Amino acid sequence: MNWVWSNLDRIGELVVVHLALSVPPVILAFVISVPIGWAAWRFRWSRGLLLSVCGILYAIPSLPLLLTLPGLVGVPLRSPANMILALALYGVALMVRTAADAFGDVDGDVRLASTAMGFSAWRRFTGVELPLAGPGLLAGLRVVIVSTVSLATISAVIGVQSLGSLFTDGFQRNIPAEIWSGVIATMLIAVALDALAVLGGRLLMPWARAPRRRRRGIVEQELAEVGA
Amino acid sequence: MIEFRGVRKQFPDGTVAVERVDLTLAPRSITVLVGSSGSGKTTLLRMVNRMVDPSEGQVRIDDVDVASVDPVKLRRSIGYVMQNGGLLPHRRVVDNIATVPVLRGEPKRAARARALELMDTVGLDRSLADKYPSQLSGGQQQRVGVARGLAVDPNILLMDEPFGAVDPIVRTELQDELLRLQRDLAKTVVFVTHDVDEAFRLGDRVVILRAGGVVVQDGTPAEILAAPADEFVGDFIGADRGRRVLRRANVGGREIVVDADGRPAGVLES
Repeated sequence: MNWVWSNLDRIGELVVVHLALSVPPVILAFVISVPIGWAAWRFRWSRGLLLSVCGILYAIPSLPLLLTLPGLVGVPLRSPANMILALALYGVALMVRTAADAFGDVDGDVRLASTAMGFSAWRRFTGVELPLAGPGLLAGLRVVIVSTVSLATISAVIGVQSLGSLFTDGFQRNIPAEIWSGVIATMLIAVALDALAVLGGRLLMPWARAPRRRRRGIVEQELAEVGA
Repeated sequence: MIEFRGVRKQFPDGTVAVERVDLTLAPRSITVLVGSSGSGKTTLLRMVNRMVDPSEGQVRIDDVDVASVDPVKLRRSIGYVMQNGGLLPHRRVVDNIATVPVLRGEPKRAARARALELMDTVGLDRSLADKYPSQLSGGQQQRVGVARGLAVDPNILLMDEPFGAVDPIVRTELQDELLRLQRDLAKTVVFVTHDVDEAFRLGDRVVILRAGGVVVQDGTPAEILAAPADEFVGDFIGADRGRRVLRRANVGGREIVVDADGRPAGVLES
């Protein structure tokens, strides 16, 4: 505990750095995944290809990826940019399938009705499909947030500062408190960002929480009544 | 006036949904397209606002071939009501009704004010304006659907089995409401249903379609009942099963009318 108190400044500093390292890739992953997911849903022939390619990204081990990216796109190896890029790629890998499913879950009747009313393809996307895919997209985003915040700690291995630096430093100097404070701070950030996403979802999608006149769980209720 | 001229629709998989249909629908009246599933009635309806383009032939509205009109613009000028209302679940009732006026560039505030008036027209309490569709009953949702269809005061209203998903009592209520609205508004209504009773109840004119999109009879309900074109129509409207046959019976010196099962249907006045 003493170590934590005497190093609060350092931890606080790393929290900020860690946020700067994990928030941009989350946003990037979201912005990139939504159109890819939409395309995978809209053009059925592309679905298999897009989902496999994006899914396989997640199978690339992180260290080789961090070592390869600089050669491919010209970012310096020991830079936050390299890290952000790699994390964004993993985020896309996680998010694309959820995004495709989220668009697939939009009620066909509603899409038909919006076409019949005279929505152009673009207005239908922005005004109907995107908002109605919202709850599914949010679910995907939450997974990406938690995963990215946790993955960002490996930056310490390539010499980019983050809460992961507390792990490497703690191991080298054998200070368990330092390692633990890194783990806990990482988890707290993940929980906080996740809560922020949920809150944002509630503000943006009040309709998804509107009390329903008839509950969906009628069957469950009846099952409970008959004791099954 | 809506005209179908030699209209045929074959889908890419080879199925023929509509087989050479020639029809002229009178303006300011309700025409009901009725048939079982696969009779092409919905396909015909959707040709009017270019949701479906015919493989052959033309659909003309007031002597203009709809194929020459931009589909998005065309659809914004024609009311469309479908089963379950097809309401946008993420928009409040008032915004659902105002959807098409807003799409056409009307200011939001004016569109909403008009939406509230339309709620009165279709018999919806204004207190429901800020609810989401999921918070409404089936019948209320359907009324919102009708209000939305009327929002731009279109000449043509397309209704695709709009009352198919509500219970019989509410359906009768909605049918009465539609007839009342039609007396006031006199739109050119094209109404699709598979329910013959509904067709006879609502239609100034009824077009009966058979599987494969063939028109088998076209006339007023009375004409069709009096002279079914063929066995198929007779069977379809239930005439030969005795369902629509009423008989006179004498009970205690008074003439009453009984149905095919002998149950009283009413009193006969001379």
